[in-house]
Parts: sequence; structure tokens; C-alpha cells
Amino acid sequence: MDMTAEMTPERRAELDARVQRKLKKRYRAAKRFHFYCVGSLVLAISFLAFFFTDMISKGHSAFQQAHVQVDVDYAEKNLRFTKRAIAEDMHDIVSRGWLRDLRRVKKENPELVGTKAVAWALADDEVDQYLKGNKDLTGDDNTVEQKALAARIDALKADGKIKMKFNVGFFTNGDSKIPEMSGLWSAMVGSILVMVLTLLFSFPIGVMTAIYLEEFAPDNRLTQLIEININNLAAVPSILFGLLGLAIFINFFGVPRSSALAGGLTLGLMTLPVIIISTRAALRAVPDTIRQAAYGMGCTEWRTVRDHVLPLSMPGILTGTIIGIAQAMGETAPLLIIGMMAYIPEAPEGFLQAATVLPAQIFTWAGMPERAYVERTAAGILVLMSVLILMNASAVLLRKKFERRW
Amino acid sequence: MTMNLAATDLSKTPTAKESPVKIACTDVNLWYGDKHALKGITLDLKQNEVTALIGPSGCGKSTFLRCLNRMNDQIKGVRIEGSIMMGETDLLDPKLDVVNLRTHVGMVFQKPNPFPKSIYDNISYAPLMHGLVKKGSECDDLVEDSIKKAGLWDEVADRLDASGTGLSGGQQQRLCIARAIAVQPEVLLMDEPASALDPISTATIEDLIQELSDSYTIAIVTHNLQQAARVAGYTAFFYMGDLIEYDNTGQIFTNPGQKRTEDYITGRYG
Repeated sequence: MDMTAEMTPERRAELDARVQRKLKKRYRAAKRFHFYCVGSLVLAISFLAFFFTDMISKGHSAFQQAHVQVDVDYAEKNLRFTKRAIAEDMHDIVSRGWLRDLRRVKKENPELVGTKAVAWALADDEVDQYLKGNKDLTGDDNTVEQKALAARIDALKADGKIKMKFNVGFFTNGDSKIPEMSGLWSAMVGSILVMVLTLLFSFPIGVMTAIYLEEFAPDNRLTQLIEININNLAAVPSILFGLLGLAIFINFFGVPRSSALAGGLTLGLMTLPVIIISTRAALRAVPDTIRQAAYGMGCTEWRTVRDHVLPLSMPGILTGTIIGIAQAMGETAPLLIIGMMAYIPEAPEGFLQAATVLPAQIFTWAGMPERAYVERTAAGILVLMSVLILMNASAVLLRKKFERRW
Repeated sequence: MTMNLAATDLSKTPTAKESPVKIACTDVNLWYGDKHALKGITLDLKQNEVTALIGPSGCGKSTFLRCLNRMNDQIKGVRIEGSIMMGETDLLDPKLDVVNLRTHVGMVFQKPNPFPKSIYDNISYAPLMHGLVKKGSECDDLVEDSIKKAGLWDEVADRLDASGTGLSGGQQQRLCIARAIAVQPEVLLMDEPASALDPISTATIEDLIQELSDSYTIAIVTHNLQQAARVAGYTAFFYMGDLIEYDNTGQIFTNPGQKRTEDYITGRYG
């Protein structure tokens, strides 16, 4: 068609037809694009849903623990060799750990010594797992002894002498080689200590650095180089920060290995670039008109930042910080290097004592063969995920609450 | 911009009084890096007069305005030569305390930029920071007086603790003017103070500028030639970094001495 020709009705019709043909194609493409996007979203959500269902189905049973009713003879001699305190046929039903702890009765409940009483004892992990249906004791592969044990457990259960209780020990005990005794307490304390140090270390340094770079630093080769390096550091594999922490904090400064201090400093180093970058973004989002208004009425640069720019960017800074800390909280690799993948039965009482953290505890349990550790691994993940969701949700809320439109 | 002389109502143009010189600029040159943005500007701002700076975009009028309170210091790569004398003080003296200067020379910006604080805090912030007033009744009086001078009192008297950003555009700009005069300046710089406002708010601001010129020396940058004609006693026409013509407003608009001035105000370019 001659595109320079005069407009005639025929030509108009031909042009419209062309547009129509093309339009159909364009709508089809738009629909296809929309479908891809929704498809991706559905896929992502289903992965997440699968992960959560798996974790919840594996982990929920760890929040319950079998307890068994036993007659205990608290005679003085029995409290030294505690197996004698209970009937012999209960030895493989009651937890070894619970029996071990009977030794403490003399100190903690001296009035019980010399008496006899009925107590709800923690059951052995095998009993617990059998009752939860995780372990088969009656199948063809099982030994006669196991089958007999299963029969006794069933009998006790029928008598009401075995029942499931909320697993308080999972939250109050440290790690243990006796599966039914192991809990998250020492890892939780370790995580809190490490996070406090990470925050104390990275927040002030990160925010101050960002303020300097964004508000005061001249724009020259050096600051550009620093900027590139900071952006780079945010993408460095976290395990390298572990090596750095090992070299600097432990070998050079002599910080105790495995300690919360070493972990906090190392994770602080890792969180620093995240906080710097998010703080700079928050500062940049404050419109220049506010700075000009402040300068125009005689604010010094420092006053301008302190009174106007910083308060306005605080929500953004805090959001970035929470996300950085949440990331550090789930970090395992650098802690592996500085020895925090340790067996810590007792919660650390200070920043210099050996500690472990939640993800490290989960990793340790994941390598254990006993069935009880499998459900504890999943339950530990659930606890960690809940804390992270809480932290990220608070970051979102903070942002929503203080969001400002200019 | 299309306008001709006939459309400009010059009957309202303030007649220039014979006022003493407040700020004397002599041979001011300014470079942004290699770009020579102001070329030997020599002009005197008369005390208690409104001086309008007009000219096409990029002609240097805003840059010149910002020399008067050293706001160009914030921009990297700026070099200024010449002298701007206010009394015995050279405002371009590198040793001059700019913080102190800005308590003498206040500024109102193109876009209303109240702080996201209460109306009261917007006004009281700078006077308290500079130690001009003490907290309490002294400060309350200053806030009230400043808002009254800015003609905003009747609209905000009952909500001084409401956020300054919740006001309408015109009210925000008057709040910014109140904020600027609360510091008790001698000179007010206004960089297109009404360009972001509707015609009614603009008229209010223009009336306000006229009133304020009784107490302050005012320099105003504007793209609106009628506005210059309405509010300014003196007008300076800038073009490509040169001051082409500076005279009292009536003269500039009725009988410009330069061809380029005439071309600009009749809308032949701009």
C-alpha cells in the first residue's frame, strides 16, 4: 500500500485491518507473558508450601515427648547407682538421661531422699519413636527383644502409664548425646548472644560509614573504589568471612575460638555491607529539598543529617538492618570455620565461652543417625523459621508504618 | 512563553523608591567546572525593595540568587570570583561563616519544602537552633508572629501541632516563608516561589511578597513575567550568564534599553 496516498475510505479500511491483525498478536503475547508470570508465582509458592508441609509433618512430633509412670525408690544408695531406683523391667523404657539426673535429687529435693514415690519419667527415645509411629519394633526384621519391648509398651499404654506431654525439655535443655534429652536452649542462648554482638558491631559502624559516604565524602576515585568494594563484599560467599574472622579475630586478636564474641564479630563483618548499602539507599531516598531547606536556614551539614535526614531515613535503615541481622541469624558457613559447630550441652554464660547457634545446632542434628534427631532437626528448622519470619514481618511493618510519600 | 507588552498590566507595577543599597555585587563570575555560568555580574539590591531576576532557563538567575547566601557551596566544582558586599561584609569571603550568613539571608525554594514535623516545629526549629529565642512563651510568640506575617495564622492557628506536610501547596509555601522570616533575616531570597502553585495561591504569595518588602530586602527569581511586573520594583534580565539589563521594573517592561530584553519580554524567545 502506498503510505503517502490520500486518505480514502478504502485506505482507512485497509489500515484498520492491518492494525486489527497486529492487535490480535499483541494481545496473545500479553496473555502469554501474564501466564508465565502467574506460572512462576505458583511454582515458587508450591515449592515453599512443599518445604513447609515437609518440615511441619516431620517436626511437629518433636514438640511432644513420651513420659512413663514409674515407682521410684529414693533410697540413699539408689541415688548413686540410679538404675536401682526403678524396677528392672523399666530400665529400657525410662530414659538413661532421666536416670542420670536422679543423682541431683539429693541436692535439689533432699526431702525426697529415703522415700518411695510415683513419678512421670522421661521415656527412652526408642519408646517415644515407637509411640509416634516413627520406628517399627514389631516387624519381621525386628529381634525378639524388640518385639517383647513393643508388647510391654503397648501394655503400659493400655494401663494409662505412658502418655505424651509437651516437650518442655526441647526448649530448656542443651544439646545431648541422649536424643530424648537434647534441646535447643544452648543454641538459642548462643544465637541471642551472637546476634546482640553482631548488631552492636555492625549497626553503628555501618550507619556511620553510610552517612559519611552519602552525605560528606567527596566524589572521587577513592570513594568510588570504596563503593565498588562495599557492593562487592555484600556478594562475597559467607564462608570467606569465616576465614577472615579466623585469621583476624581468633589468630591475630586472640578472641577465644567458638565463642559468641568471635561469631558476633565475624557475622558483624558479614552484615556490615548489607547495612551500609541499605542505609545509603535510605539516605538517598530523602529528597534534596529537605537538605536545602535545612542549609537555607543555617543548619551545618552535621545538624542537617542529625535533625532531618537521619530521622527521615531511620525506618529504611532499620528495615535493612533487620534483614541483615536475619540473614546473619541463619548463617552457618562462617561459623563452621571459627569452631561454632560445637557440641554445647550447657548454655554459654558469657560472650567468651564456647557457644553454638540455631542453624549450627540444626546442622549437627541433621548428621545424627537416631530417628529422634530427625524430628528435632525439622523442629529446630521450624523454630528458626518462625524467628526469621517474625523478624522479617517486623521489618515490613516498620516500613509500612513509617512509609512517607513526597 | 507568549506575551506582548500590551497584555502586561503595568498599572500595578510598584514604583521604585530611591532606596539605599543593601547588597552590592561587583563583577561576580561563577564557573561550574569549565562552564562559565555567571559573567561579571554587577548589580545593587536596594534595601526594602523587591528585585526580580528574569531570563530564559539556564541563564544564571538562580545561580546568582544562590550566590547571595552561598548555597552554591553545596555544589561540587564551583568557583566564584568578584565581591558581594552586604554592609562591610564580603559574602564571597571564603572565611565567612555561612551558617551565620544564612541567619541574615533567608531562602524560600521553588518547591514548598516544609519539614515533616508539626507546623510549630517547622517555625521554631531554626530560631531555637540558633539560640535566638528560649523555649516557652518567647518561642510561642515568635512562632505566632512569623505565621501572622506570612498571612497563614487564620488558617492554622488551631492546629499548630498538625504536620506541615498536611497543608495545601500554597499554605506550605507560606509556611516556608514564615519559617524563613522566623530567623529574623534582613534579606529574603525566593527561587520561583510560586511556580508550583495554582493561580489563587500564587496571587496570595505575590500579595505577601509585596507586604514583606516593607521589612525585608527581597530577591525573587521568576519565569512569570507578569509576576515580576506585579511584585518587583526592580528587574534584572539575565541571558546566557550575562546581566543584560537592570533597571526599575516599569522601565524594563515599557522601555527596555536593550534589544534582547525587548525580545524576551515580548516573547520572541525564552
